[in-house]
Amino acid sequence: MFDVSTGAPLVRATDIWMNRGSNTVLKGVSIEARKGEVIALLGPSGAGKSTLLRCLNAIEMADRGLVEVEGEIIGCEKVGEDYVRLPEKQVARQRAEIGMVFQNFNLFPHLSVLQNIIDAPMRVRGMKKADAVKLAHDLLARVRLSDKADAYPRHLSGGQQQRIAIARALAMNPKVMLFDEPTSALDPHLTDEVLDVIRELAETGMTMIIVTHEVAFARDVAHTVAVMGEGTIMEIGPPDEVLRAPKDPRVQTFLARALKEMAR
Amino acid sequence: MSDSVPAGRGASARDSAPVMRERRSPWRWLGIAAVVIGLAWIAFQILTNPGFEWDVVGKYMLHPQVLRGVGMTLWLTLLVMVMGTVIGIIVAVMRLSNDPILNGTAVAFVWFFRGTPVLVQLVFWYNLAAIFPDVSLGIPFGGPKLFEISATVAISSFTAALLGLGFNEGAYMAEIIRAGLTSVDHGQTEASRALGHRPAQTFRVIVLPQAMKAIIPPTGNQVIGMLKYTSLASVVALGELMHSVETIYSRTFQTMPMLIVAALWYLILVSILSVVQYYIERHYSRGWKTQANAAL
Repeated sequence: MFDVSTGAPLVRATDIWMNRGSNTVLKGVSIEARKGEVIALLGPSGAGKSTLLRCLNAIEMADRGLVEVEGEIIGCEKVGEDYVRLPEKQVARQRAEIGMVFQNFNLFPHLSVLQNIIDAPMRVRGMKKADAVKLAHDLLARVRLSDKADAYPRHLSGGQQQRIAIARALAMNPKVMLFDEPTSALDPHLTDEVLDVIRELAETGMTMIIVTHEVAFARDVAHTVAVMGEGTIMEIGPPDEVLRAPKDPRVQTFLARALKEMAR
Repeated sequence: MSDSVPAGRGASARDSAPVMRERRSPWRWLGIAAVVIGLAWIAFQILTNPGFEWDVVGKYMLHPQVLRGVGMTLWLTLLVMVMGTVIGIIVAVMRLSNDPILNGTAVAFVWFFRGTPVLVQLVFWYNLAAIFPDVSLGIPFGGPKLFEISATVAISSFTAALLGLGFNEGAYMAEIIRAGLTSVDHGQTEASRALGHRPAQTFRVIVLPQAMKAIIPPTGNQVIGMLKYTSLASVVALGELMHSVETIYSRTFQTMPMLIVAALWYLILVSILSVVQYYIERHYSRGWKTQANAAL
Protein backbone atom coordinates (compact mmCIF):
# COMPACT_ATOMS: atom_id res chain seq x y z
CA MET A 1 0.00 0.00 0.00
CA PHE A 2 1.16 3.52 -0.84
CA ASP A 3 2.83 5.34 2.06
CA VAL A 4 0.83 8.36 3.06
CA SER A 5 2.77 11.56 3.66
CA THR A 6 2.81 12.99 7.16
CA GLY A 7 2.67 16.72 6.37
CA ALA A 8 -0.28 19.09 6.44
CA PRO A 9 -3.56 17.67 5.11
CA LEU A 10 -4.18 18.08 1.38
CA VAL A 11 -7.94 18.28 1.83
CA ARG A 12 -9.51 19.58 5.00
CA ALA A 13 -13.23 19.98 5.65
CA THR A 14 -14.06 21.68 8.92
CA ASP A 15 -17.44 21.75 10.65
CA ILE A 16 -19.62 21.34 7.56
CA TRP A 17 -23.33 21.99 8.08
CA MET A 18 -25.90 21.61 5.37
CA ASN A 19 -29.67 21.94 5.30
CA ARG A 20 -31.89 20.66 2.57
CA GLY A 21 -35.35 22.04 3.11
CA SER A 22 -36.21 21.32 6.74
CA ASN A 23 -33.71 18.41 6.84
CA THR A 24 -30.25 18.86 8.29
CA VAL A 25 -28.21 16.45 6.15
CA LEU A 26 -24.78 17.34 7.54
CA LYS A 27 -24.33 18.23 11.19
CA GLY A 28 -20.86 19.64 11.68
CA VAL A 29 -18.76 17.08 9.80
CA SER A 30 -14.97 17.44 9.81
CA ILE A 31 -12.60 15.24 7.83
CA GLU A 32 -9.01 15.44 6.57
CA ALA A 33 -7.13 13.67 3.80
CA ARG A 34 -3.34 13.74 3.58
CA LYS A 35 -1.49 13.47 0.29
CA GLY A 36 -1.76 9.93 -1.07
CA GLU A 37 -4.42 8.92 1.43
CA VAL A 38 -7.45 6.87 0.36
CA ILE A 39 -10.52 7.46 2.48
CA ALA A 40 -13.62 5.28 2.12
CA LEU A 41 -16.92 6.79 3.24
CA LEU A 42 -19.37 4.07 4.27
CA GLY A 43 -22.79 4.27 5.79
CA PRO A 44 -26.48 3.69 5.14
CA SER A 45 -28.22 5.69 2.41
CA GLY A 46 -29.33 9.08 3.65
CA ALA A 47 -26.31 9.34 5.95
CA GLY A 48 -24.98 12.38 4.07
CA LYS A 49 -21.97 10.70 2.39
CA SER A 50 -22.69 11.97 -1.12
CA THR A 51 -23.68 15.41 0.12
CA LEU A 52 -20.38 15.70 2.01
CA LEU A 53 -18.48 14.67 -1.11
CA ARG A 54 -20.35 17.21 -3.25
CA CYS A 55 -19.52 19.96 -0.77
CA LEU A 56 -15.81 19.20 -1.15
CA ASN A 57 -15.74 20.54 -4.73
CA ALA A 58 -18.52 23.08 -4.15
CA ILE A 59 -20.90 21.36 -6.59
CA GLU A 60 -23.18 21.99 -3.64
CA MET A 61 -22.50 24.82 -1.23
CA ALA A 62 -22.40 24.05 2.49
CA ASP A 63 -24.38 26.40 4.72
CA ARG A 64 -21.59 26.52 7.30
CA GLY A 65 -18.03 25.28 7.52
CA LEU A 66 -14.96 25.49 5.33
CA VAL A 67 -13.39 23.21 2.74
CA GLU A 68 -9.70 23.74 1.98
CA VAL A 69 -7.50 22.10 -0.64
CA GLU A 70 -3.78 22.77 -0.10
CA GLY A 71 -4.82 25.57 2.23
CA GLU A 72 -6.99 27.36 -0.36
CA ILE A 73 -10.61 27.80 0.69
CA ILE A 74 -12.96 26.24 -1.87
CA GLY A 75 -16.06 28.12 -3.04
CA CYS A 76 -15.67 31.24 -0.92
CA GLU A 77 -13.22 33.87 0.25
CA LYS A 78 -12.65 35.71 3.49
CA VAL A 79 -13.80 39.33 3.37
CA GLY A 80 -13.07 40.98 6.71
CA GLU A 81 -14.62 38.67 9.29
CA ASP A 82 -17.10 37.10 6.86
CA TYR A 83 -16.87 34.38 4.27
CA VAL A 84 -18.43 35.35 0.94
CA ARG A 85 -19.17 32.99 -1.96
CA LEU A 86 -16.82 33.31 -4.91
CA PRO A 87 -18.15 34.02 -8.40
CA GLU A 88 -18.82 30.78 -10.33
CA LYS A 89 -15.95 31.57 -12.71
CA GLN A 90 -13.39 31.39 -9.91
CA VAL A 91 -14.97 28.33 -8.32
CA ALA A 92 -14.67 26.67 -11.75
CA ARG A 93 -10.90 27.24 -11.66
CA GLN A 94 -10.77 25.57 -8.22
CA ARG A 95 -12.92 22.64 -9.34
CA ALA A 96 -10.49 21.94 -12.17
CA GLU A 97 -8.04 20.75 -9.49
CA ILE A 98 -10.55 18.32 -7.97
CA GLY A 99 -11.57 15.27 -10.00
CA MET A 100 -15.02 13.78 -9.57
CA VAL A 101 -16.55 10.49 -10.69
CA PHE A 102 -20.32 10.04 -10.50
CA GLN A 103 -22.61 7.11 -9.82
CA ASN A 104 -24.27 7.49 -13.24
CA PHE A 105 -20.98 8.18 -15.08
CA ASN A 106 -22.36 11.39 -16.66
CA LEU A 107 -20.26 11.05 -19.79
CA PHE A 108 -21.26 13.58 -22.45
CA PRO A 109 -23.36 11.52 -24.88
CA HIS A 110 -22.97 13.90 -27.83
CA LEU A 111 -19.16 13.65 -27.71
CA SER A 112 -16.97 10.68 -28.59
CA VAL A 113 -14.86 9.04 -25.90
CA LEU A 114 -11.79 10.96 -27.07
CA GLN A 115 -13.67 14.27 -27.12
CA ASN A 116 -15.03 13.56 -23.64
CA ILE A 117 -11.47 13.27 -22.35
CA ILE A 118 -9.70 16.07 -24.27
CA ASP A 119 -12.35 18.78 -23.97
CA ALA A 120 -11.64 20.02 -20.45
CA PRO A 121 -7.81 19.89 -20.70
CA MET A 122 -8.03 21.97 -23.88
CA ARG A 123 -10.83 24.33 -22.93
CA VAL A 124 -10.10 24.80 -19.23
CA ARG A 125 -6.33 24.32 -19.12
CA GLY A 126 -5.54 25.61 -22.63
CA MET A 127 -3.64 22.45 -23.55
CA LYS A 128 -2.69 22.00 -27.22
CA LYS A 129 -4.83 19.47 -29.08
CA ALA A 130 -1.92 17.17 -29.97
CA ASP A 131 -0.82 17.03 -26.32
CA ALA A 132 -4.37 16.45 -25.10
CA VAL A 133 -4.90 13.61 -27.58
CA LYS A 134 -1.63 11.97 -26.53
CA LEU A 135 -2.61 12.30 -22.87
CA ALA A 136 -6.04 10.82 -23.64
CA HIS A 137 -4.50 7.78 -25.36
CA ASP A 138 -2.17 7.22 -22.39
CA LEU A 139 -5.14 7.37 -20.00
CA LEU A 140 -7.26 5.09 -22.21
CA ALA A 141 -4.44 2.54 -22.11
CA ARG A 142 -4.38 2.86 -18.34
CA VAL A 143 -8.09 2.03 -18.04
CA ARG A 144 -7.60 -0.68 -20.71
CA LEU A 145 -9.94 0.88 -23.30
CA SER A 146 -7.46 1.92 -25.99
CA ASP A 147 -9.73 0.66 -28.77
CA LYS A 148 -12.71 2.79 -27.71
CA ALA A 149 -11.38 6.30 -28.46
CA ASP A 150 -13.82 6.88 -31.32
CA ALA A 151 -16.84 5.17 -29.75
CA TYR A 152 -19.76 7.10 -28.33
CA PRO A 153 -20.64 6.56 -24.64
CA ARG A 154 -24.00 5.01 -25.47
CA HIS A 155 -22.30 2.08 -27.17
CA LEU A 156 -20.23 1.15 -24.11
CA SER A 157 -21.13 -1.03 -21.13
CA GLY A 158 -21.60 0.63 -17.75
CA GLY A 159 -18.20 -0.58 -16.57
CA GLN A 160 -16.51 0.80 -19.67
CA GLN A 161 -18.33 4.12 -19.31
CA GLN A 162 -17.22 4.46 -15.70
CA ARG A 163 -13.59 3.72 -16.63
CA ILE A 164 -13.81 6.42 -19.33
CA ALA A 165 -15.27 8.79 -16.71
CA ILE A 166 -12.25 8.06 -14.49
CA ALA A 167 -9.89 8.74 -17.42
CA ARG A 168 -11.74 12.00 -18.13
CA ALA A 169 -11.29 13.16 -14.53
CA LEU A 170 -7.61 12.11 -14.50
CA ALA A 171 -6.94 14.10 -17.69
CA MET A 172 -7.18 17.28 -15.60
CA ASN A 173 -4.31 16.00 -13.42
CA PRO A 174 -6.33 16.66 -10.25
CA LYS A 175 -4.84 16.98 -6.78
CA VAL A 176 -7.58 14.78 -5.34
CA MET A 177 -10.21 12.45 -6.78
CA LEU A 178 -13.73 12.20 -5.40
CA PHE A 179 -15.77 9.07 -6.19
CA ASP A 180 -19.54 9.17 -5.58
CA GLU A 181 -20.65 5.52 -5.42
CA PRO A 182 -18.72 4.64 -8.58
CA THR A 183 -20.01 1.06 -8.81
CA SER A 184 -23.56 1.38 -7.47
CA ALA A 185 -25.10 1.49 -10.95
CA LEU A 186 -23.14 -1.54 -12.19
CA ASP A 187 -23.76 -5.29 -12.38
CA PRO A 188 -21.51 -7.30 -10.03
CA HIS A 189 -19.28 -8.59 -12.86
CA LEU A 190 -18.75 -5.02 -14.15
CA THR A 191 -18.03 -3.70 -10.66
CA ASP A 192 -14.68 -5.48 -10.45
CA GLU A 193 -13.22 -3.92 -13.61
CA VAL A 194 -13.92 -0.46 -12.19
CA LEU A 195 -12.64 -1.30 -8.71
CA ASP A 196 -9.41 -2.66 -10.25
CA VAL A 197 -8.80 0.69 -11.96
CA ILE A 198 -9.42 2.56 -8.69
CA ARG A 199 -7.11 0.15 -6.84
CA GLU A 200 -4.30 0.76 -9.34
CA LEU A 201 -4.87 4.48 -8.98
CA ALA A 202 -4.44 4.17 -5.20
CA GLU A 203 -1.08 2.47 -5.75
CA THR A 204 0.16 5.48 -7.74
CA GLY A 205 -0.40 7.67 -4.68
CA MET A 206 -3.52 9.52 -5.84
CA THR A 207 -5.39 11.10 -2.95
CA MET A 208 -8.93 9.76 -3.09
CA ILE A 209 -12.17 10.06 -1.16
CA ILE A 210 -14.56 7.28 -2.13
CA VAL A 211 -18.22 6.97 -1.18
CA THR A 212 -18.99 3.28 -1.56
CA HIS A 213 -21.07 0.35 -0.39
CA GLU A 214 -18.26 -2.14 -1.14
CA VAL A 215 -17.04 -2.95 2.37
CA ALA A 216 -14.47 -5.50 1.19
CA PHE A 217 -13.01 -2.99 -1.29
CA ALA A 218 -12.80 -0.35 1.44
CA ARG A 219 -10.97 -2.82 3.70
CA ASP A 220 -8.43 -3.68 0.98
CA VAL A 221 -7.74 -0.28 -0.53
CA ALA A 222 -8.50 2.47 1.99
CA HIS A 223 -6.03 3.81 4.53
CA THR A 224 -8.91 5.29 6.46
CA VAL A 225 -12.53 4.23 6.72
CA ALA A 226 -15.23 6.62 7.92
CA VAL A 227 -18.71 5.35 8.69
CA MET A 228 -21.35 8.06 8.45
CA GLY A 229 -24.87 8.10 9.82
CA GLU A 230 -27.52 10.78 10.34
CA GLY A 231 -25.32 13.59 9.07
CA THR A 232 -22.29 12.83 11.25
CA ILE A 233 -19.19 10.68 11.10
CA MET A 234 -19.97 7.96 13.62
CA GLU A 235 -16.58 6.29 13.54
CA ILE A 236 -13.33 6.91 11.67
CA GLY A 237 -9.96 5.17 11.66
CA PRO A 238 -7.85 2.49 9.95
CA PRO A 239 -9.99 -0.23 8.31
CA ASP A 240 -8.74 -2.88 10.73
CA GLU A 241 -10.13 -1.00 13.71
CA VAL A 242 -13.32 0.38 12.24
CA LEU A 243 -14.42 -2.65 10.26
CA ARG A 244 -13.25 -5.39 12.61
CA ALA A 245 -13.94 -3.90 16.01
CA PRO A 246 -16.29 -0.94 15.76
CA LYS A 247 -17.05 0.75 19.07
CA ASP A 248 -20.25 2.58 18.13
CA PRO A 249 -23.27 0.19 18.34
CA ARG A 250 -24.89 1.89 15.26
CA VAL A 251 -21.76 1.15 13.24
CA GLN A 252 -21.85 -2.46 14.45
CA THR A 253 -25.45 -2.80 13.24
CA PHE A 254 -24.65 -1.19 9.86
CA LEU A 255 -21.59 -3.38 9.26
CA ALA A 256 -23.38 -6.57 10.30
CA ARG A 257 -26.10 -5.80 7.76
CA ALA A 258 -23.60 -4.82 5.02
CA LEU A 259 -21.57 -8.00 5.50
CA LYS A 260 -24.71 -10.15 5.41
CA GLU A 261 -25.68 -8.57 2.07
CA MET A 262 -22.19 -9.20 0.71
CA ALA A 263 -22.40 -12.88 1.61
CA ARG A 264 -25.69 -13.19 -0.26
CA MET B 1 -40.95 -30.66 -38.13
CA SER B 2 -39.65 -30.98 -41.68
CA ASP B 3 -37.43 -33.94 -42.57
CA SER B 4 -34.67 -31.65 -43.81
CA VAL B 5 -34.23 -29.99 -40.41
CA PRO B 6 -32.07 -32.05 -38.09
CA ALA B 7 -33.60 -32.06 -34.62
CA GLY B 8 -31.80 -29.90 -32.07
CA ARG B 9 -29.57 -28.11 -34.58
CA GLY B 10 -29.73 -24.41 -35.36
CA ALA B 11 -29.13 -24.35 -39.10
CA SER B 12 -31.67 -25.34 -41.75
CA ALA B 13 -32.40 -24.56 -45.37
CA ARG B 14 -34.11 -21.11 -45.33
CA ASP B 15 -36.77 -22.13 -47.85
CA SER B 16 -38.20 -24.86 -45.67
CA ALA B 17 -39.29 -22.48 -42.85
CA PRO B 18 -42.99 -21.46 -43.02
CA VAL B 19 -43.55 -17.96 -44.47
CA MET B 20 -45.58 -15.41 -42.51
CA ARG B 21 -47.73 -12.88 -44.37
CA GLU B 22 -49.83 -9.87 -43.30
CA ARG B 23 -53.57 -10.45 -42.84
CA ARG B 24 -55.48 -8.71 -45.67
CA SER B 25 -58.58 -6.69 -44.82
CA PRO B 26 -61.51 -6.57 -47.30
CA TRP B 27 -61.85 -2.85 -46.43
CA ARG B 28 -58.45 -2.26 -48.04
CA TRP B 29 -60.01 -2.61 -51.53
CA LEU B 30 -62.78 -0.17 -50.72
CA GLY B 31 -60.17 2.35 -49.50
CA ILE B 32 -58.10 2.00 -52.66
CA ALA B 33 -61.19 2.50 -54.81
CA ALA B 34 -62.18 5.68 -52.90
CA VAL B 35 -58.68 7.16 -53.22
CA VAL B 36 -58.45 6.37 -56.94
CA ILE B 37 -61.86 7.95 -57.65
CA GLY B 38 -60.95 11.04 -55.60
CA LEU B 39 -57.59 11.51 -57.36
CA ALA B 40 -59.17 10.98 -60.78
CA TRP B 41 -61.75 13.70 -60.08
CA ILE B 42 -59.04 16.15 -58.93
CA ALA B 43 -56.91 15.40 -62.01
CA PHE B 44 -59.94 15.82 -64.26
CA GLN B 45 -60.74 19.20 -62.75
CA ILE B 46 -57.15 20.42 -62.93
CA LEU B 47 -56.86 19.43 -66.58
CA THR B 48 -60.26 20.49 -67.88
CA ASN B 49 -61.59 23.31 -65.66
CA PRO B 50 -60.74 26.56 -67.50
CA GLY B 51 -60.94 28.54 -64.19
CA PHE B 52 -57.43 27.38 -63.24
CA GLU B 53 -55.96 29.28 -66.20
CA TRP B 54 -52.75 27.27 -66.22
CA ASP B 55 -51.28 29.43 -68.99
CA VAL B 56 -51.49 32.42 -66.61
CA VAL B 57 -49.88 30.37 -63.83
CA GLY B 58 -47.03 29.46 -66.18
CA LYS B 59 -46.61 33.04 -67.34
CA TYR B 60 -46.35 34.46 -63.80
CA MET B 61 -44.39 31.69 -62.02
CA LEU B 62 -41.08 33.36 -62.93
CA HIS B 63 -42.41 36.93 -63.27
CA PRO B 64 -39.85 39.42 -61.82
CA GLN B 65 -42.34 40.83 -59.33
CA VAL B 66 -43.21 37.34 -58.07
CA LEU B 67 -39.50 36.44 -57.80
CA ARG B 68 -38.84 39.64 -55.85
CA GLY B 69 -41.69 38.58 -53.54
CA VAL B 70 -40.12 35.13 -53.09
CA GLY B 71 -36.81 36.77 -52.25
CA MET B 72 -38.43 39.09 -49.72
CA THR B 73 -40.34 36.18 -48.12
CA LEU B 74 -37.11 34.21 -47.68
CA TRP B 75 -35.18 37.23 -46.37
CA LEU B 76 -37.92 38.14 -43.89
CA THR B 77 -38.24 34.53 -42.72
CA LEU B 78 -34.48 34.33 -42.16
CA LEU B 79 -34.28 37.60 -40.21
CA VAL B 80 -37.37 36.81 -38.12
CA MET B 81 -36.02 33.37 -37.23
CA VAL B 82 -32.60 34.79 -36.27
CA MET B 83 -34.27 37.47 -34.16
CA GLY B 84 -36.71 34.96 -32.66
CA THR B 85 -33.93 32.48 -31.81
CA VAL B 86 -31.71 35.09 -30.16
CA ILE B 87 -34.64 36.45 -28.14
CA GLY B 88 -35.73 32.87 -27.42
CA ILE B 89 -32.34 31.83 -26.01
CA ILE B 90 -32.11 34.94 -23.82
CA VAL B 91 -35.67 34.62 -22.53
CA ALA B 92 -35.34 30.84 -21.95
CA VAL B 93 -32.14 31.29 -19.93
CA MET B 94 -33.81 34.10 -17.95
CA ARG B 95 -36.82 31.87 -17.37
CA LEU B 96 -34.63 29.09 -15.96
CA SER B 97 -32.65 31.43 -13.72
CA ASN B 98 -33.24 31.48 -9.96
CA ASP B 99 -33.36 35.27 -9.95
CA PRO B 100 -37.01 36.30 -9.44
CA ILE B 101 -36.62 39.52 -11.48
CA LEU B 102 -35.16 37.77 -14.54
CA ASN B 103 -37.64 34.93 -14.22
CA GLY B 104 -40.63 37.27 -13.82
CA THR B 105 -39.58 39.41 -16.80
CA ALA B 106 -39.30 36.31 -18.98
CA VAL B 107 -42.72 35.02 -17.90
CA ALA B 108 -44.30 38.43 -18.63
CA PHE B 109 -42.63 38.62 -22.06
CA VAL B 110 -43.92 35.22 -23.13
CA TRP B 111 -47.35 35.93 -21.66
CA PHE B 112 -47.75 39.16 -23.62
CA PHE B 113 -46.26 38.27 -27.00
CA ARG B 114 -47.77 34.81 -27.13
CA GLY B 115 -51.09 36.06 -25.83
CA THR B 116 -51.86 38.68 -28.48
CA PRO B 117 -52.51 37.86 -32.16
CA VAL B 118 -49.46 38.33 -34.36
CA LEU B 119 -51.60 40.23 -36.90
CA VAL B 120 -52.52 42.76 -34.20
CA GLN B 121 -48.83 43.12 -33.23
CA LEU B 122 -47.85 43.71 -36.86
CA VAL B 123 -50.41 46.45 -37.41
CA PHE B 124 -49.58 47.89 -34.00
CA TRP B 125 -45.90 48.34 -34.88
CA TYR B 126 -46.84 49.75 -38.28
CA ASN B 127 -48.98 52.41 -36.62
CA LEU B 128 -46.55 53.12 -33.77
CA ALA B 129 -46.33 56.75 -34.85
CA ALA B 130 -49.91 57.25 -33.64
CA ILE B 131 -48.83 56.97 -29.97
CA PHE B 132 -45.09 57.66 -30.20
CA PRO B 133 -44.56 60.30 -32.93
CA ASP B 134 -40.82 60.28 -32.25
CA VAL B 135 -38.50 57.41 -31.44
CA SER B 136 -35.58 58.56 -29.33
CA LEU B 137 -32.77 57.24 -27.17
CA GLY B 138 -31.99 59.10 -23.93
CA ILE B 139 -33.06 59.54 -20.30
CA PRO B 140 -36.80 58.77 -19.98
CA PHE B 141 -39.42 61.03 -18.34
CA GLY B 142 -38.23 64.20 -20.07
CA GLY B 143 -34.44 63.88 -19.68
CA PRO B 144 -31.89 64.75 -22.38
CA LYS B 145 -32.02 62.80 -25.65
CA LEU B 146 -29.01 61.34 -27.38
CA PHE B 147 -30.74 60.42 -30.58
CA GLU B 148 -34.15 61.12 -32.06
CA ILE B 149 -35.97 60.05 -35.21
CA SER B 150 -39.53 60.39 -36.43
CA ALA B 151 -41.45 57.13 -35.96
CA THR B 152 -42.92 57.30 -39.44
CA VAL B 153 -39.37 57.21 -40.77
CA ALA B 154 -38.08 54.56 -38.34
CA ILE B 155 -40.99 52.15 -38.82
CA SER B 156 -41.18 51.05 -42.44
CA SER B 157 -43.27 48.11 -43.67
CA PHE B 158 -40.20 45.98 -43.24
CA THR B 159 -39.31 47.00 -39.67
CA ALA B 160 -42.97 46.64 -38.63
CA ALA B 161 -43.06 43.11 -40.08
CA LEU B 162 -39.71 42.21 -38.55
CA LEU B 163 -40.62 43.52 -35.08
CA GLY B 164 -44.15 42.11 -35.08
CA LEU B 165 -43.17 38.64 -36.29
CA GLY B 166 -39.79 38.62 -34.48
CA PHE B 167 -41.08 39.35 -30.96
CA ASN B 168 -43.91 36.88 -31.43
CA GLU B 169 -41.50 34.23 -32.68
CA GLY B 170 -39.16 35.00 -29.77
CA ALA B 171 -41.92 34.12 -27.31
CA TYR B 172 -42.58 30.77 -29.00
CA MET B 173 -38.88 29.97 -29.43
CA ALA B 174 -38.30 30.76 -25.74
CA GLU B 175 -40.74 28.02 -24.78
CA ILE B 176 -39.22 25.55 -27.25
CA ILE B 177 -35.67 26.28 -26.06
CA ARG B 178 -36.67 26.13 -22.40
CA ALA B 179 -38.23 22.70 -22.93
CA GLY B 180 -35.05 21.58 -24.73
CA LEU B 181 -32.74 22.83 -21.99
CA THR B 182 -34.74 21.17 -19.22
CA SER B 183 -34.69 17.87 -21.16
CA VAL B 184 -30.92 17.58 -20.58
CA ASP B 185 -30.09 15.50 -17.50
CA HIS B 186 -28.84 17.59 -14.58
CA GLY B 187 -25.91 15.18 -14.16
CA GLN B 188 -24.48 16.59 -17.39
CA THR B 189 -24.29 20.07 -15.86
CA GLU B 190 -22.71 18.66 -12.71
CA ALA B 191 -20.09 16.67 -14.60
CA SER B 192 -19.25 19.73 -16.68
CA ARG B 193 -18.91 21.96 -13.60
CA ALA B 194 -16.80 19.32 -11.84
CA LEU B 195 -14.35 19.42 -14.77
CA GLY B 196 -13.86 23.15 -14.25
CA HIS B 197 -15.99 24.50 -17.09
CA ARG B 198 -17.23 28.04 -16.51
CA PRO B 199 -21.04 28.50 -16.61
CA ALA B 200 -20.97 29.83 -20.18
CA GLN B 201 -18.84 26.87 -21.31
CA THR B 202 -21.16 24.39 -19.59
CA PHE B 203 -24.09 25.97 -21.42
CA ARG B 204 -22.45 26.26 -24.85
CA VAL B 205 -20.42 23.03 -24.98
CA ILE B 206 -22.43 20.57 -22.90
CA VAL B 207 -26.07 21.59 -22.37
CA LEU B 208 -27.05 23.42 -25.56
CA PRO B 209 -25.77 20.82 -28.06
CA GLN B 210 -27.71 18.12 -26.22
CA ALA B 211 -30.79 20.32 -25.98
CA MET B 212 -30.60 20.82 -29.77
CA LYS B 213 -31.86 17.29 -30.26
CA ALA B 214 -35.13 18.34 -28.61
CA ILE B 215 -35.09 21.90 -29.99
CA ILE B 216 -34.54 21.24 -33.71
CA PRO B 217 -37.75 19.38 -34.67
CA PRO B 218 -40.19 21.97 -33.25
CA THR B 219 -37.95 24.77 -34.57
CA GLY B 220 -38.14 23.29 -38.07
CA ASN B 221 -41.87 23.40 -37.61
CA GLN B 222 -41.61 27.07 -36.60
CA VAL B 223 -39.48 27.96 -39.66
CA ILE B 224 -41.99 26.34 -41.98
CA GLY B 225 -44.84 28.05 -40.14
CA MET B 226 -43.02 31.40 -40.25
CA LEU B 227 -42.39 31.12 -44.00
CA LYS B 228 -46.16 31.19 -44.44
CA TYR B 229 -46.86 33.64 -41.59
CA THR B 230 -44.77 36.23 -43.43
CA SER B 231 -47.77 36.48 -45.79
CA LEU B 232 -49.41 38.46 -42.96
CA ALA B 233 -46.92 41.23 -43.73
CA SER B 234 -48.94 41.91 -46.87
CA VAL B 235 -51.40 43.84 -44.66
CA VAL B 236 -48.66 46.41 -43.94
CA ALA B 237 -47.89 46.55 -47.68
CA LEU B 238 -44.55 44.74 -47.52
CA GLY B 239 -43.64 43.38 -50.98
CA GLU B 240 -43.33 39.71 -50.05
CA LEU B 241 -44.75 36.83 -52.09
CA MET B 242 -48.41 37.20 -51.08
CA HIS B 243 -48.39 40.96 -51.55
CA SER B 244 -46.76 40.56 -54.98
CA VAL B 245 -49.48 38.25 -56.28
CA GLU B 246 -52.17 40.45 -54.69
CA THR B 247 -50.78 43.46 -56.51
CA ILE B 248 -50.85 41.55 -59.79
CA TYR B 249 -54.37 40.09 -59.50
CA SER B 250 -55.85 43.38 -58.31
CA ARG B 251 -54.71 44.73 -61.68
CA THR B 252 -55.47 41.72 -63.94
CA PHE B 253 -58.37 40.12 -61.95
CA GLN B 254 -56.76 36.69 -62.50
CA THR B 255 -57.21 35.87 -58.81
CA MET B 256 -57.26 32.06 -58.89
CA PRO B 257 -54.19 31.47 -61.05
CA MET B 258 -52.21 34.04 -59.07
CA LEU B 259 -53.15 32.32 -55.79
CA ILE B 260 -51.96 29.06 -57.35
CA VAL B 261 -48.65 30.74 -58.20
CA ALA B 262 -48.26 31.77 -54.55
CA ALA B 263 -49.30 28.33 -53.25
CA LEU B 264 -46.86 26.54 -55.58
CA TRP B 265 -44.00 28.78 -54.46
CA TYR B 266 -44.80 28.22 -50.77
CA LEU B 267 -44.94 24.45 -51.40
CA ILE B 268 -41.59 24.48 -53.18
CA LEU B 269 -39.90 26.49 -50.42
CA VAL B 270 -41.41 24.33 -47.65
CA SER B 271 -40.26 21.16 -49.45
CA ILE B 272 -36.69 22.45 -49.61
CA LEU B 273 -36.79 23.42 -45.92
CA SER B 274 -38.06 19.94 -44.99
CA VAL B 275 -35.03 18.35 -46.65
CA VAL B 276 -32.68 20.76 -44.84
CA GLN B 277 -34.41 19.95 -41.55
CA TYR B 278 -33.84 16.22 -42.11
CA TYR B 279 -30.08 16.71 -42.43
CA ILE B 280 -29.85 19.03 -39.42
CA GLU B 281 -31.77 16.56 -37.26
CA ARG B 282 -29.45 13.79 -38.37
CA HIS B 283 -26.42 15.89 -37.40
CA TYR B 284 -27.67 16.54 -33.86
CA SER B 285 -28.58 12.92 -33.16
CA ARG B 286 -24.88 11.91 -33.17
CA GLY B 287 -24.16 9.55 -30.30
CA TRP B 288 -27.79 8.44 -30.07
CA LYS B 289 -27.76 6.23 -33.13
CA THR B 290 -27.41 2.49 -32.85
CA GLN B 291 -23.97 0.98 -33.41
CA ALA B 292 -24.88 -0.24 -36.92
CA ASN B 293 -26.02 3.18 -38.14
CA ALA B 294 -23.10 4.97 -36.50
CA ALA B 295 -20.71 3.21 -38.83
CA LEU B 296 -22.34 4.83 -41.87
